[in-house]
Amino acid sequence: MKGAGSLLASIGRTPLLELALPGDVGRGARLFAKLEGLNPGGSIKDRPVARMLTRALAAGRLRGGRRVLDSSSGNAGIAYAMLGAALGVPVTLVVPANASRERLDRIAAHGAELVLTDPLEGYDFALREAQRLARAEPRRYWHCDQYGNEDNWRAHFEGTGGEILAQLAERAGCLPDAFVAGVGTGGTLTGVARRLRAANPALRVVAVIPEPFPGIEGLKPLGAPEDVVPAILDQGLIDERVPMTLERAAEAARLLARAGLFVGPSSGAYVRAALDLAARGGARTIVTVLNDTGERYVSTGLWSGADLRATLAP
Amino acid sequence: MSRALVRIPAPLRGFTGGAGEVQVEARTAREALEELERLHQGATTRVLDERGELRAFVNLFVDQQSVKVLGGLDAELREGAVLSIIPAVAGGAAEGP
Repeated sequence: MKGAGSLLASIGRTPLLELALPGDVGRGARLFAKLEGLNPGGSIKDRPVARMLTRALAAGRLRGGRRVLDSSSGNAGIAYAMLGAALGVPVTLVVPANASRERLDRIAAHGAELVLTDPLEGYDFALREAQRLARAEPRRYWHCDQYGNEDNWRAHFEGTGGEILAQLAERAGCLPDAFVAGVGTGGTLTGVARRLRAANPALRVVAVIPEPFPGIEGLKPLGAPEDVVPAILDQGLIDERVPMTLERAAEAARLLARAGLFVGPSSGAYVRAALDLAARGGARTIVTVLNDTGERYVSTGLWSGADLRATLAP
Repeated sequence: MSRALVRIPAPLRGFTGGAGEVQVEARTAREALEELERLHQGATTRVLDERGELRAFVNLFVDQQSVKVLGGLDAELREGAVLSIIPAVAGGAAEGP
């Protein structure tokens, strides 16, 4: 499609915001966050999916009407569906059936085929189902495999990470000394942390680990032996793993909304962990990412029942 | 008392010896969860809050309907009811299993 180039060009170069720290939290510390919900697909996933799809097209992997296949809990699915529509590439997505209505409707609106899996079986089941489909019908599907595709983390190394260094140099005249993120596919953490650590070898990398149930949208707990560990995740980059409940993540997201930032629970989890790090005096210049927009969580009840007495202070 | 089946989400099967389904006898959804806890200690600690109500972002379906639309955990169960514990994280609160 004629407009595909300009849609692809609109991905990335998101603003780096400085978030106000509440009260006397982390005196002297500064917290910066990339506003990734401004990507055309509404999330950070546009970055790796754009790179993975354009590289696959250039390599001829989608010749003969082969469909792009992958599993997703939603944000990557939207990016695949949106970019597949723009590029004229058919897309099949394996998604747990309890993905939010907003996600499923948007994926369908872009014309992608949805394969819904049993929500009781969790996200790893969807991932294994995508692997099974790819093995069963190799001529019908090209499995993009965001968990094992090197172009995933490279999109963040060259894009997200490079942008953070340039924007931070301009805004604060310094290098980051801590990066806070979770692990979905491992692409963001691996790509950004590698880039930032190349600039500052003393960079502290904090991984946010959700409780296994009910979990946090898009984040893997990585705790149980049967959990799928993404092949592209470089666990050697991680200095510290901090546990996070969905309640704390949701509360932080609601408080960010009261501060004018409408983001989802994984972003709330990162900001909560970053504030805790600042309060411990663990870093002076902390960077994180705000993964997506809060609008795709309305049907989950995230925005109802907000406790406005809560504060972001640890 | 009705016989009911509780379907266990994958992340909680460590509490049920790997079982994806647990048979209980109960009059209400609340009793079904109490029986699940009695049979498999710890199975409901991530499902219920300290007041014994469903945690935020956890949905309990009785057959195809959320207990939220059935009047809460005190919803009565029919013989052979199937209860499903489903996180709302990837998810819509209004969707059935």
